[in-house]
Amino acid sequence: MSVPLAVPPAVSADPGPLRRLRVLAARVGAMCLVELQKLRRDQTELLTRAIQPALWLLIFGETFTRLRAIPTGSTPYLDYLAPGILAQSALFIAIFYGIQIIWERDAGVLAKLLVTPTPRAALVAGKAFAAGVRALVQALMVLILAALLGVGLTANPLKLLAMAVVLVLGSAFFCCLSIVIAGIVLSRERLMGIGQAITMPLFFGSNALYPVDLMPPWLKVLSHVNPLSYQVDALRGLLIGTPAHLGTDFAVLAVATVAAVSVASALLGRLAR
Amino acid sequence: MTEPAAVRCTGLRHSFGSTRAVDGVDLEIRPGEVFGLLGPNGAGKTTTLRMITTLLPAAPDRITVFGVDVARRRMVVRRLIGYVPQQLSADGALTGRENVALFARLFDVPRAGRREQVQLALDLVGLGGDADRTAKTYSGGMIRRLELAQALVSSPRLLVLDEPTIGLDPVARSSVWDRIGSIRAATGMTVLVTTHYMDEAEQYCDRVALMHAGRIRALGTPAELEADLGPGSTLDDVFRSVTGDRLTSEEGGIRGVRATRRTARRLG
Repeated sequence: MSVPLAVPPAVSADPGPLRRLRVLAARVGAMCLVELQKLRRDQTELLTRAIQPALWLLIFGETFTRLRAIPTGSTPYLDYLAPGILAQSALFIAIFYGIQIIWERDAGVLAKLLVTPTPRAALVAGKAFAAGVRALVQALMVLILAALLGVGLTANPLKLLAMAVVLVLGSAFFCCLSIVIAGIVLSRERLMGIGQAITMPLFFGSNALYPVDLMPPWLKVLSHVNPLSYQVDALRGLLIGTPAHLGTDFAVLAVATVAAVSVASALLGRLAR
Repeated sequence: MTEPAAVRCTGLRHSFGSTRAVDGVDLEIRPGEVFGLLGPNGAGKTTTLRMITTLLPAAPDRITVFGVDVARRRMVVRRLIGYVPQQLSADGALTGRENVALFARLFDVPRAGRREQVQLALDLVGLGGDADRTAKTYSGGMIRRLELAQALVSSPRLLVLDEPTIGLDPVARSSVWDRIGSIRAATGMTVLVTTHYMDEAEQYCDRVALMHAGRIRALGTPAELEADLGPGSTLDDVFRSVTGDRLTSEEGGIRGVRATRRTARRLG
């Protein structure tokens, strides 16, 4: 039998920095593509995951709008809440992404990927991207519901695009945070426990449901170091036009995401040992 | 200049906590041979394999792959290796073709011929007709062959297989070995395989090393090892004499048993 496979590679020289950057970009692309291929076959789950945020908006939002318990100035509470729910739905998906990494570790998938000439950052970036795409699909449904409920949303395509970037960045950060935890605890059960333990403080210790001004001072501090607050601030500013610190928000989210990708990549090897 | 060894290990050691998994392994694998690393569960085979494939850290100058130091130039070594882990590791959410295409991209198979190359790899393992079904619909033997295609699409110079036939039925086992044999014959690639099936080692490996308690206890062609022990000996007998008749004991402990069960479950 003749096998017309390509010629086996010769021992190559070590790549220069420019070539390394190109390889990184190509690998990130390959990992993102494969995640999209998987999501395409996962449409039912994509849709059912949007039920919870929709219910938050519908039940919690409608009730608290009537209660008028939370002072949001001239902005109706439902309008104030909608961007918070977008961020929350993204957080709830991303924070458990580490479970997938542990599953891939148990199935041998991770080891096989780690033996390819792929920078670890590319493997992490693929997951972060997938979490972002899931968040976008949910966001679309939450936004449609919000519009039906009469929330005054922007129709400016540039602002919507910026909103998508903010959502992907926030999801990427929390996804990497989850991979970092996975790399430290190395077990699904412990990751679930820690994930559940930190989700609520992250959510309630942010500006997603109420203005930070209402919080006691110690909680304000927590809110200021919580990336979710910056994400919500940007989403609110972009979607319903409340005053926001877009420059700071983008900078914090971008720096946090890059840092989280780096730490998660460094811990990935631990999972394969 | 003589061709460097496909793999050379010198005084290789690795400990997990206080357990010495690999305790001074010296090994030379020649280019183009099928080399079997044999031993009971917990002998250190998988740990040795994981060090050669860069998954576990190795000290400098302990391992070279085609003359390249594994500790110093990991990325270059990874480019030369195709690896099939013990577990059935194809991604069930992707089709067979997508599984193979991912590895073609990760190894920079040029875009121009990538589609053909992926198809070739699939045809080579007899999955051309099932390439567009998701891998979760495959049988255990088909997944194993799909993994071979994933490892082969980059035309590696060293194919590393960790217990490639574990949990497979006899027909699937010989089918996997036949594919490995014909591909090796056609491409001249070096194959490093671990197994604890002595019959497979006898039939398909050019040379074998018997590992026990982190060390290599015997090394040679199956015929040499059998002849050394005495007339009428089988590789099973050699194995028993080397490991102190502990072939059937579960030295890997509960962890090894669990991993095997997990693989068996995935096979359904």
